[in-house]
Amino acid sequence: MTWETVIGLETHVELATKTKIFCSCTTEFGGAPNTHCCPVCTGMPGTLPVLNEKVLEFAVKAGIALNGEITRHCKFDRKNYFYPDLPKAYQVSQLYLPIVRNGKVPIRTESGTEKVIRIHELHMEEDAGKLVHDPWLDQTKCDYNRCGVPLIEIVTEPDFRTSKEVIAYLEKLKSTLQYLGVSDCKMQEGSLRCDVNLSVRPAGSTQLGTRTEMKNLSSFKAIARAIAYESRRQIELIEEGKKVLQETRRWDENKDATFAMRSKEDAQDYRYFPEPDIPPLVISAEYLDDVRRRQPEMAEEKMVRYQQEYDLPVYDAQMLTEQKALADFFESCVTLGAEAKQSANWIMGQVLGQLSAKAMEAKNMKLTPSTLVTLISMVKEGRLNRNTAVKVFEDVFDTDEDVEEYVKVHGLAQINDPTALAAAVEKVFAANSQSVTDYRSGKEKAYGFLVGQVMREMKGRADPQAVNEAVRDKLSG
Amino acid sequence: MKITEEMVDYIALLSRLKPDAEEKVQMTAELEKIVSYMDVLNILDTDGVEPLSHVFPIRNVMRSDEVSSSFPREELLKNAPSRDDEAFLAPKAVEG
Ligand SMILES: [Zn+2]
Repeated sequence: MTWETVIGLETHVELATKTKIFCSCTTEFGGAPNTHCCPVCTGMPGTLPVLNEKVLEFAVKAGIALNGEITRHCKFDRKNYFYPDLPKAYQVSQLYLPIVRNGKVPIRTESGTEKVIRIHELHMEEDAGKLVHDPWLDQTKCDYNRCGVPLIEIVTEPDFRTSKEVIAYLEKLKSTLQYLGVSDCKMQEGSLRCDVNLSVRPAGSTQLGTRTEMKNLSSFKAIARAIAYESRRQIELIEEGKKVLQETRRWDENKDATFAMRSKEDAQDYRYFPEPDIPPLVISAEYLDDVRRRQPEMAEEKMVRYQQEYDLPVYDAQMLTEQKALADFFESCVTLGAEAKQSANWIMGQVLGQLSAKAMEAKNMKLTPSTLVTLISMVKEGRLNRNTAVKVFEDVFDTDEDVEEYVKVHGLAQINDPTALAAAVEKVFAANSQSVTDYRSGKEKAYGFLVGQVMREMKGRADPQAVNEAVRDKLSG
Repeated sequence: MKITEEMVDYIALLSRLKPDAEEKVQMTAELEKIVSYMDVLNILDTDGVEPLSHVFPIRNVMRSDEVSSSFPREELLKNAPSRDDEAFLAPKAVEG
């Protein structure tokens, strides 16, 4: 029997606000335990939480970008559960009237076609604290620095069929949120976290199977592997005549497997009720218009503009706009005076090459646009040959050193001295008379060899164009 | 609505309460009284009435996103039933 995997995602994204959702404590990452806390975020009795206006704005921005409907009358609810990561014994979240519903995210599938992933809802909520078990005390230490950090949770419909689709969606979501500036989406620091709901069913069936929820997925690679493992596990269970249990499972990176988690509550009964401390939100048409007007230029719009304004091919425009940091880098190069297509070529070839070799994201790169622009203009002005420029680029990529200085110190400047070139040609021809004879008897290959030898004689610093010409002239002369 | 012993056990479990047999009897009676009061409210015709999400006629109470200093940790930890120098301590809750 062939099986189909059905996947839905719940993604928690930490918002890039300066302060927490209901108090003025900083959201800065790190800090000694319980030093970014106050009576509000540690749930002391008698305190009054007040919503951070930036949280609403960011949620609305994200909702608009994900093509969702904004809930004009919206409110918060309490989700009750006893677990020490929440000092109040409830999480302020949204159940009945989430801020966004019915979004749509188009993704590109493996076959190159477009597929729309439906967003069921997007809601605002607060993050929980961090628990660390102390084996000496046999007690759990509670650090509430993350408690009250604003999150949006984005819930999709069960629209994914493969892990490739899941990753494509997450890449798209991450890029969108980074373009909006509502989150930095750093998976390692936990500012983008993903729970995967997965079930299997016989291909062609329209009924959903029993699903499990997988947690602790801290990288795209982990997500892909967990999906592969979990669908196999469920298929094997069913084929052995056993049942899939609806449960939460934890992905263990080292063991490459999922394990059933001891549930937080014996029953998942959160007894939601309206949050009495936070007055409801009424979103006016003016407010929505204002947020819409201030939406930044998104990837799709940049793609169109790059093709029109800079005459770039679709492929280039798409590559440059996938990561906001890369698009910003490209635009800075152009602003600094570099030619658009030249900049695009360097970014797609060398910059992306270095990033992928170093498994880095564009936003973490040290190299500045002005360094690349200097390098491009040195090549253009004939002060550096292109091959040397690529080597210089690789050398300064991590340090962002002054390239003019680097070229001077390492003696890499292009030699544009015709006398030196002529001398090199003489020397090479004298030493390789056989190759000269070969070429003249029709062996084209010998030409390339001679050019290479001259370039070598010039220590790689000659202008390749000039070397070509000099060798050709000598051969025909 | 009839409140059963199972319902009381379930609510007690969710609330992390461990009532003894005598308290359970008392709770059953009290809960039944509370729930039957809802029947009084059900007499009212609420068709076409918007659900009330807040008792006060206020909306959109928000603050600007400006950091102010947090609370001294020592002060925060003062009321903790169990603590060390830097954290609240709770009974073992983490796996592993
Ligand atoms: Zn606080």
